[in-house]
Amino acid sequence: MDMGITAWVLIGIGGLIVLWAIVTYNRMIVLRNRIDNAWSQVDVQLRRRYDLIPNLVEVVKGYAAHERQTFEEVTKARQAGIDARTVQDQAAAENMISQALRRLFAVAEAYPQLRATENFAQLQEELAGTESKIAYSRQFYNDSVLGYHNLIQAFPARIVAGMGGFRPRDYFEITEAEARGPVQVQF
Amino acid sequence: MFDQIASNRRRSYLLIVLFVLLIAGIGYAFGLLTELGYYAVIPAAAIAIAVSWSSYYYSDRIVLSMSKARPASRQQEPYLWNTVEGLSIAAGLPMPRVYIIEDSAPNAFATGRDPQHAAVAVTRGLLDKLNRLELEGVVAHEMSHIGNYDIRLMTLVTVLVGTVVLLSDWMARGLRYGRRRSSGKGGAGGIVVLVALVFLILSPVIARLIRFAISRQREFLADASGALMTRYPEGLASALEKLVADTDPLEVANKATAHLYIINPLTEHKGWTNTLFSTHPPLAERVARLRAM
Repeated sequence: MDMGITAWVLIGIGGLIVLWAIVTYNRMIVLRNRIDNAWSQVDVQLRRRYDLIPNLVEVVKGYAAHERQTFEEVTKARQAGIDARTVQDQAAAENMISQALRRLFAVAEAYPQLRATENFAQLQEELAGTESKIAYSRQFYNDSVLGYHNLIQAFPARIVAGMGGFRPRDYFEITEAEARGPVQVQF
Repeated sequence: MFDQIASNRRRSYLLIVLFVLLIAGIGYAFGLLTELGYYAVIPAAAIAIAVSWSSYYYSDRIVLSMSKARPASRQQEPYLWNTVEGLSIAAGLPMPRVYIIEDSAPNAFATGRDPQHAAVAVTRGLLDKLNRLELEGVVAHEMSHIGNYDIRLMTLVTVLVGTVVLLSDWMARGLRYGRRRSSGKGGAGGIVVLVALVFLILSPVIARLIRFAISRQREFLADASGALMTRYPEGLASALEKLVADTDPLEVANKATAHLYIINPLTEHKGWTNTLFSTHPPLAERVARLRAM
């Protein structure tokens, strides 16, 4: 059978398109997996902070037991963080925790003997380190989401994204202006 | 920042393509001028690869021992350790091994064939003389070298240079013994042969120029990637200024490892920085690009 040259050219082009689609699809998979990995990194750091908070509350309670409201706030915020299931819930919990911790440290400021104890100093130090790591891992998570969005939203890759079911993901953003400052651990 | 990174990557790949074309050209010239023909490229490349292999594979161990770097644990150097750890989280890279060099000259380097086998070393002088933001800038630059697989790239480039040098050398020997292919085929006229000859003689120089150009591009890329990691280009900019102003010589530096450091410890203070044979771009330009981000 005589397949003209146009037929071969069309087959060739078709082949290249299929190849491009496969490569693009795989790239999307890689970027999406990177986001999941980045999120689990954020989660590791957040869990670390949740583990530190009860110790901190206990130490402060030892000196300022009557500041009940502050302790409740912190505990509630921590629970919200642990219960959060989506990125947005987690971001909202972040705000609560930052504010509550700020208040807790403000309370502790009034008790010099508390500040002098080794326990408190150590917790303060570890908390500061964790805050820093949360910031870094959050940055990497957001960078990963950006890279992923750049791919799935661009044309013509968005066709592959649509067919493959790749949906946009949420950024881990700070929602309230008040919570933009870091937890100040200055004494 | 992102634009700089993209354009730097493009430029270094273009340079690699240029290199491959150079080798193709040499192969062709070889074919014209000697009996060995085009296929001489294959043994030349094979030898160059064999010679470079162990230095690539063990690059981390070799360079670290040459520089008298001592492993630093979290207990010994918590400040440095935490900085490296934080940045590796920001970069999404596994944490490299951390080393310290007891020298008062401030400098740093990174090595390792891939992020899983990487190491970062800083001098005591760097820790003492830079503030936190500047240290972060320097460490981020070094970690960018790891993340961008620069060691692998530069090894590839070294193999290409080695291939070119070998071919050029064999050509020279071939000529000396007068084993030139006769132009009985009627194709290779005198001019073409002459051009091929000149090309072969100049090729090692061209190859080295390309290598230095690639090295400079990767330094700019590491500056830009590092700035992206810290989101604070001023940190690295002010660190670079401090590093250049400090005239303390780095005792463990030598020609083999000089190109790995963040500023070239051998040439930077002698005003040679502006030549085509520099491994690092001129400092003023690095700082200008960082401040323009």
